[in-house]
Amino acid sequence: MKPETEAELAEIVAGLTEPVRIVGGGTRGVGGPEATLETSGLSGITLYEPGALTLVAQAGTPVAEIEAALEAEGQQLAFEPMDHRGLLGTSGTPSIGGVVAANISGPRRIQAGACRDFLLGVRYVDGMGQVIKNGGRVMKNVTGYDLVKLMAGSWGALGVLTEVSLKVLPKPEAVATLAVQVADAEEAVQALSTALKSPFEVSGAAFDPQDGRALLRVEGFSDSVAYRAEQLKTTLSGFGEITEVSEPTELWRGLRDVRPFHGQEGDVWRISVKPTDAPDIVTRLETDQTLLDWGGGLIWARVPEGTDLRARLGGFNGHATLVRGDAETADALGRFQPESGEVQALTQGLRQRFDPRGVFNPGLMG
Amino acid sequence: MEMPRPNPEILARKQAVLSRLLQVLPADAVIHDPAETRAYECDALTAYRCPPMLAVLPSNTQEVSDVLRICHEEGVPVVPRGSGTSLAGGALPTADCVILGIARMNEVLETDYDNRFIRVQTGRTNLSVTGAVEEEDFFYAPDPSSQLACAIAGNIAMNSGGAHCLKYGVTTNNLLGIKMVMMDGSVVEIGGAHLDAGGLDLLGVICGSEGQLGVVTEATLRILRKPEGARPVLMGFDDNEVAGQCVSDIIKSGILPVAIEFMDTLCIRACENFAHAGYPDCHALLIVEVEGSEAEINDQLSKIIEIAKRHNPVELRESQSAEESAKIWLGRKSAFGAMGQMNDYMCLDGTIPVSSLPEVLRRIGELSEEYGLPVGNVFHAGDGNMHPLILFDANKPGDLEKCEAFGADILKLCVDVGGCLTGEHGVGIEKRDLMSHQYAPADLEAQMAVKDVFDPKWLLNPAKVFPLDASESRRDVPVAAK
Repeated sequence: MKPETEAELAEIVAGLTEPVRIVGGGTRGVGGPEATLETSGLSGITLYEPGALTLVAQAGTPVAEIEAALEAEGQQLAFEPMDHRGLLGTSGTPSIGGVVAANISGPRRIQAGACRDFLLGVRYVDGMGQVIKNGGRVMKNVTGYDLVKLMAGSWGALGVLTEVSLKVLPKPEAVATLAVQVADAEEAVQALSTALKSPFEVSGAAFDPQDGRALLRVEGFSDSVAYRAEQLKTTLSGFGEITEVSEPTELWRGLRDVRPFHGQEGDVWRISVKPTDAPDIVTRLETDQTLLDWGGGLIWARVPEGTDLRARLGGFNGHATLVRGDAETADALGRFQPESGEVQALTQGLRQRFDPRGVFNPGLMG
Repeated sequence: MEMPRPNPEILARKQAVLSRLLQVLPADAVIHDPAETRAYECDALTAYRCPPMLAVLPSNTQEVSDVLRICHEEGVPVVPRGSGTSLAGGALPTADCVILGIARMNEVLETDYDNRFIRVQTGRTNLSVTGAVEEEDFFYAPDPSSQLACAIAGNIAMNSGGAHCLKYGVTTNNLLGIKMVMMDGSVVEIGGAHLDAGGLDLLGVICGSEGQLGVVTEATLRILRKPEGARPVLMGFDDNEVAGQCVSDIIKSGILPVAIEFMDTLCIRACENFAHAGYPDCHALLIVEVEGSEAEINDQLSKIIEIAKRHNPVELRESQSAEESAKIWLGRKSAFGAMGQMNDYMCLDGTIPVSSLPEVLRRIGELSEEYGLPVGNVFHAGDGNMHPLILFDANKPGDLEKCEAFGADILKLCVDVGGCLTGEHGVGIEKRDLMSHQYAPADLEAQMAVKDVFDPKWLLNPAKVFPLDASESRRDVPVAAK
C-alpha cells in the first residue's frame, strides 16, 4: 500500500485488518510482516526558512533531496544521519521519515546532539487512523507533552510519521581531523576523552582498531579550526604520533556508515555504553572487528552469524542492538535490548494506547 | 483561573493520611499545621494561592516511594515541587493535595569528567550543579534566569531553557538518565551515563511532563567544558523590524552565537534605570554573545559587526572588559526585576518563527493600546522565544482579568503565526485553557493517553497542562473507584 496523501494514509490505517510493516525508503533493514505500508508517496519539502534554521518535509522525502536543498543555503542536518545501504546491502532511497523513526545519528552526535534533539515537530497517523500533531516548527516548545521525542526512535511502533519539522544548522566552513597513533582501545578512549574534555569543541571522536588511529575532528571557520587543531595537538602530546588527515570529509562519511564492515560476513551489533567502559566491553566481545565512535560510547561489532552478543557481554550498563542479522537471530535474541520489567510495562502500555489493534511493526519494539 | 473543587472525601480523611505518612517519614518532614502549609500555597505565579492539605519533605528515593505508595492507596492527589519558582503555576496546590517537596534531596552522587556527566539528587539547584564542577572548568549548560534558586527536578518537569540554549539546547538535550518514582511507589531507571537510552524515548516524554508522569529523584546530566572565553556585543536599532532582520542575517551567515537577546524601548529604559548598564535609548537592543579563544571571539564579532553595520545601527559597542560584559548581562538578567519596580507584571513565554518577529511585535503594540496596558518585550531572539511583560496594577479591580485576556490574545497570536504557547516556562495552570487553541482534541487525547499509562488514576499534579473539561472524565472519579 502506497498512499499519496496523509488523509489517504489515515484511511488505509483505519481500514487495516492485519498488521503491516511500515516502509520509508526500505534501506534500514526492518523485518516484520509481509504486508507493507509505504510512505514514499508522501514526499516534498513543505517549508524551508534558512534564517530561522528550520525545515519541514513530508516523511517520504528522500534524505538526498533535503541535503541538496540545505547545501544550496550552506546548511546541513547536523546530526549527520548514517546511510545504512552499504552495511546492510539494501538498495532504495533513504527517507527523512525513516531517519527520524529510527533516530539515526552519526559521529557529530557527541557535540551537536542526536536526531531527536533536532526534531521540532511531527505529524503522524496513530493505530486508529487518526492524524495527530505534536510540537511545531519553533526551536523552543514545552507546550504539552513532548511526543516528538517519543516518536523519534520508535521505529514505527507508535504511529506512521507523515511530516517532520527539523532544526538545521550552518555547514562549517572548514574541517580538520587529527589521527593519533595509539596502542589499543584503552589508550584510544583516553586520548578521545582528553580531547573531549578540552574546550576545543571536538565534533567527532572515533577509533578504528584496524589501523590503531584515534580520530578527532574539529569544524568551524577556517582560522578557528586551524587554532583548535594546533591546541589539540598540544593537549594530546602525551600520546603517540599525531598526523593530520588529508581527506577528512570522506573519512568521517566512512566512519558514519561503518564502511570498514562493508562486504564482510557476519552479524553487526551496535552497543551504546559509557565511553570509559568501552575498552573492557571490546575485550569481552572477543571479536575480530570493532569500530568505536562517540568517544568510545558507541561500539560497532561484527561477530559470527547467530552469536548471542549480549550473553558474551554479561551484565553491562547500556544497550546492544542487532543491526544486521537474519530474522531467525532477531527472533531468538531480540533486535533491541530487553528492558527491565517496569520499563517494559510502560513501553507496552504506550503501544497499547497508540496502536490498540497492534497493526504497526508487531514484535519490533517490545 | 479555575481549579477543581477539593474532594470532601479526601479532606475528611486528612488525619488518617497524616498518620500513615508519619509512619514512613520523620516528624519534621511532614507539615500539617495550616499555619505552616501556607508556605506552600503558591509558586512564582503568585496571583494564585491555595494551601495544600499536607506537605512532605522526603530525604531519599525510598521515602518518596513510601509517600507516593500511601497517597496512591488513599487516592490523594500529589503535587510535586522543586524550588517553587514556576512562573506557570506548575506547583500550585489544590486544597486536597499533598505537596511533595524535593528540596532536601540535594546531594551530588557522582561526577565523572572522563565521561562528562554528573549524577545528582534532583532537589539540587541548577546553579549549584555548575558549582560542583566549576573547579574543573566544567559547567551544566541550561541556565534559566531563576538558576540560583530553581531545582533540577523542576527543570526536568518543565524542560527549562535559558539564554544560552541557542547553542547548548534545553534540559531535554542535556539529560542522560533518571531515577523516577511512579505514582504507585515503584521505582524506574531510564537511561544512564551512555548517550542514547535504549527502547522508546521515555526520557524524552518524561522531560517536560510537568510532574504528571512521576517524581524524578536522581538525574544524570551532561556537563561540558567551559569555553576559553565569551564576549557580547551590544547593538541598538531604531526599528524592531530592522533588528529582526539583523538577527536573521547573523544566523544565515553561518555564525552560531551562544545567545542573541532582544529588548524593546520600555525594557531598555527600565533596565538602564535599574542596572545602569550603559544601554542606548533606542527602539530595539540586541545583545549577541559569542564564545571561544580571544582570536575566535574577535573573528566572530567582526563578522557580526559587519552584518550589523549593513542595518544602520544607532549604537554598536563591543564589550572591552570582563567588567563591561558583566554589566551588559546584568542589565538583561535584571529585566524582570526592573519591570517589577514599575508595576505588577505578567510574564509570557510564547515562541514564534523568527521570521514573524516584526509582525508579532507590531500586533502586540496594537493590542497594548486596545487594552490600555503597557507591555515590554525582552526575549531570546535567536530561537524566537518571546517574553512579553504586561504591566498592570493588582490592586486595581479588573486589571488582572484585563491583563490575562491581553496575555491570552498574545499567546493565540504566537500560535497563529506558527509558534507555540510556551517555549520554556511550561503550561501549568496559566496556559492550560489555551491548549485547545494549539491542539485539536485528538492531539490532546494522545498526550493524555501517555499519562493514562504512567499514572492511571490521574493523581499526580492532575489539574495542570490539560484544559479541565478535557481531563475531567479522568480526574473526576470517586476516590473509592480509584
